[in-house]
Amino acid sequence: MSEVKERSVDLATQKILRKANEEDIVVAWDRFESMQPQCGFGELGICCRICNMGPCRIDPFGDGAQRGVCGANADTIVARNLARMIAAGAAAHSDHGRDVAHALLLSAQGKAGAYKIKDKAKLASLAGEYGIKVEGRKKEEIAEDLANKVLNEFGQQHGELRMALRAPKKRVELWRKLGIMPRGMDREIVEMMHRTNMGVGNDYKNILLHGMRAALSDGWGGSMLATELSDILFGTPQPIRGKSNLGVLAEDEVNVVVHGHEPTLSEVVVEASRDPEILSLIKEDGAKGINIAGICCTSNEILMRHGVPIAGNFLQQELALITGAVDLMMVDVQCLMPALSNVADCFHTKLITTSPKCKFPGVEHIEFKEEKAYEIAKDILKLAIENYKDRKKERVSIPKENEDLIAGFTAESVFSFLGGKYRATYRPLNDAIIAGRLRGAAGVVGCNNPNLKHNYAHIEMAKELIKNDVLVVTTGCSAIADAEAGLLQPEAAFKYAGKGLQEICETVGIPPILHVGSCVDNSRILITLTNVVNEGGLGEDISDLPVAGAAPEWMSEKAISIGFYFVASGVFTIFGTPHPILGSSNVTDLVCGGLEGMVGGKFAFEADPIKAAHLMIEHINKKREALKLKPMMYE
Amino acid sequence: MNYVITVNTEKCLGCKSCELQCAVTHSKSKVLFIAVREEPLPQQRVSVESVGGLALPLQCRHCGNAPCVSICPTHALEKAGPEAPVIIKEELCIGCKWCILICPFGVIGMNREGKAAIKCDLCLERVKMGKQPACVEACPTGVLSFVKIEEVIKEKKRKFLVDFEKGEKSARGE
Repeated sequence: MSEVKERSVDLATQKILRKANEEDIVVAWDRFESMQPQCGFGELGICCRICNMGPCRIDPFGDGAQRGVCGANADTIVARNLARMIAAGAAAHSDHGRDVAHALLLSAQGKAGAYKIKDKAKLASLAGEYGIKVEGRKKEEIAEDLANKVLNEFGQQHGELRMALRAPKKRVELWRKLGIMPRGMDREIVEMMHRTNMGVGNDYKNILLHGMRAALSDGWGGSMLATELSDILFGTPQPIRGKSNLGVLAEDEVNVVVHGHEPTLSEVVVEASRDPEILSLIKEDGAKGINIAGICCTSNEILMRHGVPIAGNFLQQELALITGAVDLMMVDVQCLMPALSNVADCFHTKLITTSPKCKFPGVEHIEFKEEKAYEIAKDILKLAIENYKDRKKERVSIPKENEDLIAGFTAESVFSFLGGKYRATYRPLNDAIIAGRLRGAAGVVGCNNPNLKHNYAHIEMAKELIKNDVLVVTTGCSAIADAEAGLLQPEAAFKYAGKGLQEICETVGIPPILHVGSCVDNSRILITLTNVVNEGGLGEDISDLPVAGAAPEWMSEKAISIGFYFVASGVFTIFGTPHPILGSSNVTDLVCGGLEGMVGGKFAFEADPIKAAHLMIEHINKKREALKLKPMMYE
Repeated sequence: MNYVITVNTEKCLGCKSCELQCAVTHSKSKVLFIAVREEPLPQQRVSVESVGGLALPLQCRHCGNAPCVSICPTHALEKAGPEAPVIIKEELCIGCKWCILICPFGVIGMNREGKAAIKCDLCLERVKMGKQPACVEACPTGVLSFVKIEEVIKEKKRKFLVDFEKGEKSARGE
């Protein structure tokens, strides 16, 4: 087994990894080691399993087969595989959006009492965008119309996605010209699966062009709607304090960990945890209280809106259970390791699946229904409370690591704060960039992957960027990594940020790295970029802006979709380890080069976070030069 | 060294991972993602061949009395001792292909320039560093293993005795 220090930079993680080793509990890092060496054909993307004449694989060194049975070459195979990853990622985000829209509809119809419309202002403005009459109508009426319009958009066959029209004018025109303006979320994903089916298109450029369309239907469609509708239902986040890392688990309270991505049930679980009946049951059971903590993006959703503590990110999901202190883990969808059930079996922990889309064999399933959300949430909490007495004290060890953080930033809130509470505007942000106090901004997002040291790349990349006066916005497991390293505190600006960024953080009272939410909330970054363009002075399109993006420890297909909608929106984007495309030099050259001429954004692959940060800084400098901005104030 | 690569004939799925890693190990960079763009492209020394339902990786057996070494007119092929692998010195090879013709297994090939023969070197460099040959390490189903010939013999004897004791084999080994 590799040294725990080689596995993660996080101390709490290292402690639990040692415990896992002592107790012979297998975790993702062990499985990663037993998987070595991984299949080179898969890594290069040149294995095709699309039809039953195959599987076919291309010899990357030219001696063996250069074409599959049907005649597909490496370019076609690689492009199809990549395009299908985009489709799967876009499907996951968009289906999440659909579920939120469904909850909004039921709430508006009075069929789901647990859900109230929390942000009336956002409801009115979004309804306005969809051409729904607002004046003189009840919020429920407006919400019902909005939910129906949105739900119809998933299956819309023609026309353009309403959210995509939010992009800068020049960008929308470019998408139209390229024929990649997204029409409907489901439509683009289905068409992607069709186009990559046996015997359809084999022009790699044409395949990936539609890949971008499917990705845009995610970023400027499914994901953006997931964010907007969640804000309407659960409230638009405001800056809020929270805590992070395994140390948030409580020694003497009932620990319930919510894990996955969708906020619909976990929101209600948080509310139900304050129910008098639940509180009295806890007392009877001898626990001092009930502690809800989260993993992955379910965690980010309820952190952003309620300050609910984060227990960990993707690679810490098994570790949370290995503390021995989790009485119940409730999962919804996405990024859930099947291994959770094996790890839970090693302890008293009850694992509960809740989504009809996601069951684990042998694991208790309590199906979530919007109509009965509150009762279901209470039933789940009761199971946790009942299970608390079975917790074996001698097997519990909770690391003390537990960092304070500030989260809850949105396109509406933080950047308006920069202008002061009373004149909400992006002007000061744009001016700071124009004047050279800020070099630009970077989005650092994405997963963990045992193929890189846990959290290391997220943290070091973010630190290097802020050191160079690049404001960082973060989501998902990257945000959790930064939180665990104490980087989401205003004080981090003094420790790590360059002088210009430090001045801004000090004036406004914000951390140098802004947590803007879950992975669907990457759409908040798209809106922020658009607002910056619209504010003026930094070009006419997102591709003119001194900004860059990165997913340094990516693993999910969702990351590929996110990467492509950022690139197709004009953002230079770095992935740590490469996409599985290097088996085709044509596709690689397109993705890491040619795309820039088409959409203004492109990819680069660099696993070293410091080198990657400097590629981003170089790109930002190039954009500053093109915009003829002032030299950096402090260099 | 006296090690041999053994092949379990029942486990090969034909994935060709051994071929791929062999080429990477014989590349300049030794890194897959870089090797796919090297000039000239690296070459594999092992190949997965199949007949009917049987697929198997074939590579040089490093024969004790190697016909390729005997026939080589320029002494480019060499076996330094009874336990040493058969190695080719590319700079001495004139590309006459006699070794290819005489090899009973068809496991010698020509390099991309067509100027010299290439063959398995039993991953000498890797083995010196305490690693296993690349093909052995790459195999996901454990078809290949790198073991001392004495161990192979011992295991065969043990297996024979077990079967004999069970009455599944006669003393003649049938």
